[in-house]
Formats: sequence, structure tokens, C-alpha cells
Amino acid sequence: MTINQISIFLENKYGKLSEILAMLGKENIRIIAATVADTSEFGILRIIVNDAQKAYDLLKRNNVNANITDVLAITTKSEAGTFAYTFNLFTMAGLSIEYMYCFSVGEQSILILRTNNRNAALEVIQKNNLGYIDENKLNSL
Amino acid sequence: MKYWQPEIETMPRKELEALQLERLKFMLITAQNSPFYKKLFAEKGVEPNKVKSLEDLRLLPFTSKDDLRENYPFGMVAIPLRECVRLHSSSGTTGNPTVVLHSRKDLDEWANQVARCMYMVGIRDYDVFQNTSGYGMFTGGLGFQYGAEKLGCLTVPAAAGNSKRQIKFITDFGTTCLHIIPSYATRLAEVMYAENIDPRKDTKLHTLCIGAEPHSEEQRQRIEQLLGVRAFNCFGMSEMNGPGVAFECTEQNGLHIWEDYTIVEIINPETLEPVADGEVGELVLTTINRQAMPLIRYHTRDLTSIIPGKCPCGRTHKRISRFKGRSDDMLILKGVNIFPIQIERVLMMFQELGSNYLITVENIDNNDEMLIEVELNDLFTDDYAVLQNLTKNIVRQLKDELLITPKLKLVSKGSLPIHEGKAVRVKDLRIF
Repeated sequence: MTINQISIFLENKYGKLSEILAMLGKENIRIIAATVADTSEFGILRIIVNDAQKAYDLLKRNNVNANITDVLAITTKSEAGTFAYTFNLFTMAGLSIEYMYCFSVGEQSILILRTNNRNAALEVIQKNNLGYIDENKLNSL
Repeated sequence: MKYWQPEIETMPRKELEALQLERLKFMLITAQNSPFYKKLFAEKGVEPNKVKSLEDLRLLPFTSKDDLRENYPFGMVAIPLRECVRLHSSSGTTGNPTVVLHSRKDLDEWANQVARCMYMVGIRDYDVFQNTSGYGMFTGGLGFQYGAEKLGCLTVPAAAGNSKRQIKFITDFGTTCLHIIPSYATRLAEVMYAENIDPRKDTKLHTLCIGAEPHSEEQRQRIEQLLGVRAFNCFGMSEMNGPGVAFECTEQNGLHIWEDYTIVEIINPETLEPVADGEVGELVLTTINRQAMPLIRYHTRDLTSIIPGKCPCGRTHKRISRFKGRSDDMLILKGVNIFPIQIERVLMMFQELGSNYLITVENIDNNDEMLIEVELNDLFTDDYAVLQNLTKNIVRQLKDELLITPKLKLVSKGSLPIHEGKAVRVKDLRIF
């Protein structure tokens, strides 16, 4: 139900994002999903990749501030109303979403999210038979 | 044996002062052979034979760095050039460099001073000593080399830079002691950990001599923890030979300044009057055991104080406290005096921060603004709130310490310039 996400600290500096993406590309790391959020002082790049451990080790070796966290990856049909349905389940369970990003592959949407309570969120997924992706399924995307 | 030269290191104060006076008198006579002091003595009416006590030192004129620059290259030399065997020079980034010449005896004495310091912190002839200082004109290279050889260490003149090579030497040769600049010590530790070498288990390192740039007690402790060593603060300056002027003993509470080589005074930098023991002032040094280039009451610009009382180690030579900064490093912002070392002390309290930082002072719309950039270390969270709270906390602590509010920018590890020589911590972009 969870997958590894790498978070990378980005200084607000011209070319910083390109530099990190190039570093990953050169070592054959495939980025499956990515998002950048920023404040006025710094940004955080969050990525899902095909080999999180390899990417993490590579970043560490190159002195990049990064860490691995596990995030939920839920699948839904790419249809009107499915997001609303899914998030309502979390709201009803008293959970808040800390951040979320999503991407669609064919008819399927994949929601990557982090809530304020990981275990409670896992329970919501199981109880409601929501579709999900784990590390093993990730590589087939 | 605890002491390198027990009879000198533990000499009763009275005898030590008698030795100083005798050497001072001799130095004043020979100093007149230098064109600079000959002229200065004539101008100021100094008569060396009128100096009857150590207190009479106060009647003598001061010497400044500008004097050394203006008399570049040989105007300060008091013996014939053919008797000089070595020359060292500062980098001279502003104006003429300063030059120091040595006779053969001067070199022997200097090596003895350094050996005495190293022995004091527990380094012995069976140790493997790796010197990561730049060699060449920089005195930290040859100065420690000759000192370590005199002590009898297997000495590795690794010189500066190339961290991977340094680490290979440390592991291959079983290096036990390093002479290293503090900012580079933390850098080297980071590289070791990144290479999966745990210096506490995988190396034989036990003692570090750290100096050449001011550093806080917090930074020392960080170095000791990272590398699993004891680190001792050493003080030297090229005008006073280089390393070996003063050094911490194993008490790690102040640096013993070798009074058989130099006479130490602490003065108020404005009134030039001596201050009491324990009070901060400018360090002023007089060489009393140097042939080629005697210096009288030399303004070091370093701010420190004499630590009152006896040292439990048994040495009778005075102790100076960790440097408070340099009188010419002091920043004045919005009328507040700030030393970069105060900022470092605050930054080092945060586990989340690395050791590299840069202070930039700028005048924006007639307002002095201070920006502090500091590197994060490995501990990284992807939670914004945590990072923003961290920034807030650091700024609050800085404000308590400095009384002004700086801007703080967290930057990624390794993004600030790395220094293999002295770290540049302050950029003052104001135009005066």
C-alpha cells in the first residue's frame, strides 16, 4: 500500500533542479512521478523512481540533502467523482492530507499522498477495498 | 614523562621572569642592527640599556603589521642575510606581503617550540603525524613538519587538499595525529562517512592539532565526536614564526603561551594601556629568542585575555583564552559590535546544521543587513513546517546573541565554497 518517495532539499538557485535531474538521469534512474513545492526561501522536490535505494545512495554520495519516506499510493478509475469519493473516506475517518499529487496512466489514476496518520490511512484503504500500488507493482508502470 | 622540557615548562615564575628580562635586554641590543628599529629607536629616544625590568617594556614603541609591509622585504632583519637560512611570507592579498626570515638557530628553536606543544597534548615519537597544512610559504606546513620530526614522529607531509588521498594515507599509514584546520576537519569527517569509513573504528586517529582559524568550543566538540579524537587548539601567526606560539594542554582550558620565547601583554586596543588578567584586550607579543627578526610589542590584532590562576597541568607559563575574534574581524552593524565567532557558536548548537556557513553584510537602502547562509547536514526532513520552525529558532537564538535580527538561509550540503586553507566566513559588501 505504500511506496518509497524521495524528498530533496532545493535551494532557490538557478539551475539547481536541472542539476539534480541530470544526476539521476545519468545513472539510469527513471522518474515515475515528481512534484516541486516551494516557499520563498527553499523548495522540496518529491519524486517516485524505479529504484529508490539506488537514487538515495547516489544523492548522498553527491552531498545532496535527501531522505526517503513512505507515502500511500492509491489507484482509482480516471472518472468524474472518484477523487471526491476517495478523499471523503479519509475526511470521514478524521484524517487530514498533508500533501498529495497524482498522475493518470490510461484509464487509471494514481494518487500519491501523505496523511497525518499513516496507520489510520492504511485502515481506510483496507476497509473500503481501495486499489493501491506497492513497490513491486511500481516497476511495471 | 609529562613534559618535553620540565625545567622550562614548570619554571617558577620568578626565575622565568628573570630569564625573560635577560633575553629582552639582549634582544633590544641586537634589534638595533635592523634598519627599522635603528631608526625607530632614534626617533623615539629608546635606549636599550635603560630597560631594567619587565615593566620597562611599556616604555618601548609598538610594532604593527604595516611596519612589516612598509619595510618589505628585508628592512626588519637584524643579522646579515648570509646568516639567514629560511624565508616565509604571508599571502599579501592586501598590499605588500609580510616576510619573516630565520637563522639556523631560529629554525631549531621554532621546531623545539612546536615539539613542546605536540608533546604537551600527548603526541609521542611512536605516533604517525599527518600534516594537512599547505606547505610552501604557509608556515603551518614546514613549521609542523620540523616540530614533528624533532619530536620523533613518523611525519607525513600530506599537504592541503584532496580528501580521498588524505583518507587513504590515514588508513594505509595508520595515522594517529593530524594537524588540520577546523573547518577542514569537519569536511574530512563528512567525506569519510560518505565513503562508509567510520573514523572512530576504522582509523587509529586519536589527537588533532586544530588552529589557523578561530573556532568555537562547540565546533571543537563536534570535531571530537565526529572523528573520535581529542582536538587541541593551537595558536600561531606567521609574524611570530608560525605554529607553536601557544597551545592548549590536556586540560583544554586556555592556551599556554611560551614565555621563554615571547613576552605577552594584553592591552586595551583604544587606550593601548594594559588590562587586568581576565579582561579581554588585544594580544601584543615581543620575541625574546629570535635572532634574524626580533619584533617588539607586536600588535597581533587578536582579542583574548589572560586566564588568571595556576593550571592543574603544572606548567607555569601563562594561559590565554580561546580567541574572541580579531579586532579587525569585528563587524559593526547598526552600532552593535559583532564577532563572527558568536554566530558560529549559535549555529553549532543545531544538530540539523553542518559546519560550513557564510555571513554577508550589505547596505540596502541605507540599512545594514546581515545574511547568514548555512548548510544543512544529513538530518533532513521533508516537512516544511519543521524546516520553517528550524529557521525561526535559529534566528531567535541569533537575535538573543547578537541583538540584531539577521536573515537566515538554509542551503544544501556542500553548496558553500569549501576552503582548504583558512575559511572565508565573512563577506562585507558595504562601501565605507
